Amino acid sequence: MIMTDADPAQTDPTQPHAAKSAVAATDDAPEALPPTPLRLALTRARGHGGLLIGGTIIVLLILIAIFAPLLAPHDPFAQSLSARMLPPAWAEGGNADYILGTDQNGRDYLSRLIYGARISLLIGLGAASIGMLIGVTLGVIAGYFGGWIDHAVSFLLTAQLALPGLLLAMALVFIIGPSVWVVICIVGVLHWTYYLVVTRAATQRIRSLDFVAAAQAAGSTPGQVIRHEILPNLISSIIVIFTFELGIAILAESSLSFLGVGIQPPMPSWGLMIAEGKQAMFYRPWLVVLPGLCLFALVIGANLLGDGLRDVTSPDGRN
Amino acid sequence: MLRYILQRGALALAVAFTVSLATFFLLNVATDPAYAIAGEDATPEMLAQIRDTYGLDRPLATRYFDWLGGVLTGNFGESYYWNKPVAELVASRAPTTIALALSALSVTILISIPLGAWAALKPNSWADRFALGVAVSAQAVPNFWLGLIMIILFSVTIPIFPVSGDDTWLHFVLPAFVLGASSVPAVMRLTRTGLIEVMDSDYIRTARSKGFRGMPLLTRHAMRNAILPVVSVLAVQLGQKFGGSVITESIFAINGLGRLALESILGSDIPTVQMLIFVFALVFVAMNLLADILNAALDPRIRIG
Repeated sequence: MIMTDADPAQTDPTQPHAAKSAVAATDDAPEALPPTPLRLALTRARGHGGLLIGGTIIVLLILIAIFAPLLAPHDPFAQSLSARMLPPAWAEGGNADYILGTDQNGRDYLSRLIYGARISLLIGLGAASIGMLIGVTLGVIAGYFGGWIDHAVSFLLTAQLALPGLLLAMALVFIIGPSVWVVICIVGVLHWTYYLVVTRAATQRIRSLDFVAAAQAAGSTPGQVIRHEILPNLISSIIVIFTFELGIAILAESSLSFLGVGIQPPMPSWGLMIAEGKQAMFYRPWLVVLPGLCLFALVIGANLLGDGLRDVTSPDGRN
Repeated sequence: MLRYILQRGALALAVAFTVSLATFFLLNVATDPAYAIAGEDATPEMLAQIRDTYGLDRPLATRYFDWLGGVLTGNFGESYYWNKPVAELVASRAPTTIALALSALSVTILISIPLGAWAALKPNSWADRFALGVAVSAQAVPNFWLGLIMIILFSVTIPIFPVSGDDTWLHFVLPAFVLGASSVPAVMRLTRTGLIEVMDSDYIRTARSKGFRGMPLLTRHAMRNAILPVVSVLAVQLGQKFGGSVITESIFAINGLGRLALESILGSDIPTVQMLIFVFALVFVAMNLLADILNAALDPRIRIG
């Protein structure tokens, strides 16, 4: 699970190793200069099925989230007591006005699912960003300075891993009071370990390379070295982890909302919709099946995209 | 070997102490426990009286060491919500969760190790792709949703298993599957990569030249070396099963520690929640220590190096 193979140091075009594999991966390119890492990644991406599928799912869901008001056929909050728990349009008793049926309050299910993409993505992006800030900061500092700072950060990592994340998140969200922003912050603050592990290892490797020594010799302060020499080389690994963490955070939010300590009614969170549909699931299984499929698609999209980005940005191509 | 174990043990103790500190301060600074006990419409007099009764007016540090001292002597405090000693609650619910966690781990082993071995036999074959598909799907499926789908499929549509409860072993089949499925991707991938690596080594080439092929070669020769990292990851996964029991137990109405945790949170029962977080963290730390020791015992390179 630790993606040390997405080693950004080796994607540096000045490294002979990266140049060699770049030439090997694109035999059809005319002699001239070896392609830049970005060009190389784009070439590989065209032939990577998982990356294309994952990317398509994520882009599609982001578009759905942005254009939700235009796409949703009904108001996701409008209740209609005369149209409660209608089945999807194709099933017996379905109504063409409500393509995916209605919930226990007579709200259009398709519209709620469309607006649900907003909540999942907002929380996923927000929490993954907070985790990134914490994890990358700690990882770069520990990797660059080493010594007791590294020991302290590693100890913090061990302690964080020991904490039961979901249970702690449930308790904190419940105590502070559930809202979208509280969920984003708590989930983000509890999900930084992956960033830390990867950026720490990568920083340790980059620190010993010649261009860092050159910058240090030229009188750069540690802050300048980190900003100008190290961080630019970490970007591709950070993007890969961000993609995975997006999926993890979305699953965490849905679990919290399902258990009643996350997003609160009447917001259309997919996890909460599953909890609300649970009472009626034996007779109206679509109430539970549909939001679950949405979650599954979003998370699998994020994971495929992450796997794909890791493959195309790693110096040796697929592994 | 002993020195190694002592080192890891000391680290585990330090982590346990840090975790207890973090849990206590997070739960007691983020909120006023008196509010949690008194409820929404508490008057200042009621709050003052509650603070006095439960000793909440003392400094935070005093309360922490009081709590820690209690934990060390087996006194886990009183539950506001259940009106019982927390130790009694934990003790009565723990066996169910231990049974669930162990059966979940068995499910993980039964699925992921054969699947990983099958995939490793021919990398990039359709078997390998199938195994990868299982891993990718299991990673993306929300655990609570998988539980509900299993109930719809195997308790209602085809009524084989009971919907909920924890009376017989049949009640544990679906929950164990759901809780175990979440560890399948990690263990499967590790088995697969470990086996592929070992299959490349000299001693396997020797065994091949002596006529061993296919599954017998894999199980009798390669597995012994590839299984080492898998064993330690299984110990870590077992530690995570306790935290994971919160969702599974609440879906299947199993009266274990996970459900106790959810009910205590919804009942604002800080002492019980605090203790459960600490207990789950302790289990995780203990399982990690066990994994380290197992690794050292099985692999001489670690205990000597």
